[in-house]
Amino acid sequence: MTYKTRADGRKFDETRKIEAKVGIIPNADGSAYFKIGNTWAYAAVYGPRNLHPKFLQDPSKGILRCNYNMMPFSSSGERVRPGGSRRSKEISMVTEKALLPVLDLVEYPNSVVDVFIELPQTEAGSRCAGICAASMALADAGLAMKDLVAAISVGRVDDKIVVDLNYLEESYPDGPVADIPVAMMPNQGKITLLQMDGLISKDNLKKALEMAKKACKDIYEIQKKALKEKYRTEAEEQV
Amino acid sequence: MYNELKNHILKLFGSNTRLDGRSFTEYRKPFKVETGFTNTAEGSARVILGKTEVLAGVKMEIMEPYPDTQDEGSIMVGAELLPLSNPEFELGPPGIQAIELARVVDRGIRESKCIDFKKLCITEGEKAWVIVIDICPINDAGNLLDVSALAAVAAIKSAKFPKFNGEKIDYKEKTNKGIELGDLPMSVTVIKIGDKYLIDPDSDEEKVVDARLTVASLSDGTLCAMQKGGDYPLAAEDIEKMIDIGLEKGKELRKLVK
Repeated sequence: MTYKTRADGRKFDETRKIEAKVGIIPNADGSAYFKIGNTWAYAAVYGPRNLHPKFLQDPSKGILRCNYNMMPFSSSGERVRPGGSRRSKEISMVTEKALLPVLDLVEYPNSVVDVFIELPQTEAGSRCAGICAASMALADAGLAMKDLVAAISVGRVDDKIVVDLNYLEESYPDGPVADIPVAMMPNQGKITLLQMDGLISKDNLKKALEMAKKACKDIYEIQKKALKEKYRTEAEEQV
Repeated sequence: MYNELKNHILKLFGSNTRLDGRSFTEYRKPFKVETGFTNTAEGSARVILGKTEVLAGVKMEIMEPYPDTQDEGSIMVGAELLPLSNPEFELGPPGIQAIELARVVDRGIRESKCIDFKKLCITEGEKAWVIVIDICPINDAGNLLDVSALAAVAAIKSAKFPKFNGEKIDYKEKTNKGIELGDLPMSVTVIKIGDKYLIDPDSDEEKVVDARLTVASLSDGTLCAMQKGGDYPLAAEDIEKMIDIGLEKGKELRKLVK
């Protein structure tokens, strides 16, 4: 069996349509949305702000706290029960680890930077979309960052290496599938999130990661453009 | 706690204006209702009022009818005050503010009888539709009650039943059958601060509310649900005036949900 053409007509190394915007939540210190295909993530950053309860405070640096949440109506299947699941807790944790390496929080002892990721609509790749949105929101909040973080899922569908698997590909019935969400610091080429489920050879994994690197570079350009867009508009308004 | 703020607001009221220069019964701008923002829900609406933005989504499920109403389906309203939308909201199970919000929205819809629960029944005593409406604020800049109620009604109006084969729901396939709706409820929360009545408070005005009255009404002016809030009592004449404002502004809201 071979996987000849993608169900939605994309090339194997082509992501779904991406749209990104910064500064969408006026109450937040930083905010952004990142849409990729039918998956949408909103992210809001609050902080650095005082951390309570006090015993969580670190006097040597600020801490990062992420929360990933699917809105109850965001799944194309049954309603997602509110209140968080084991899955959403784990994703919150790996999101935190994916973003932390680009931040420098030593200037904010005893403080917290809160990142809230909300998904109004999902169809595969939601943790990656969440990370992309969160990284833009952190930059929008004006925090010192070494790099942005871009994320995409890559993988294998039968005999093909593909980027940005959609729902049909994640559950491809006629052959083995590997789904590999990857987050990267695009300028440094370093990986900050790597998960995988499915079967893949070491060689193919290497190819998949190369593909992720390229896609993350493209996403990085979209993120940068969205960030600049916000300030361009504000400058124009002042004229 | 907010004495200075309250004094300032009352002083402005003295010269017949508000913090943002609006009149007392004027909604903020922009005021927009968009339906169908998401394709994962059976129905959805986004309402933007000034800087307040709320999403409402409808999912439909199958339930076993309640023992006392064997031939009826039902509705359920959930609201979560997402910490994404306001720095004062915290993670965790819904607090009393979220619960009140959900219940006030629920009551407006339920008591308006705009949805005939009997028509949601599939097999008496066995299967019926339950319409689950979830409210998610994106940015809370005041007046979540009215914005949420409006979003919920608009989302219900846009909803289409998914395919049901008698056993299971196929959420991937939507039918073109909507929910049969009667006269829709419009909710207006009228605020009392000092001796003034106003609508659509912003976050600052909400901090110094003396009393509020949420009035849900039908197009002929019949009241279908109310909720008094705030720490101060209201006199009968207060309530009369507040209801008049609620009914008047309800007509304006109705035009937005066509």
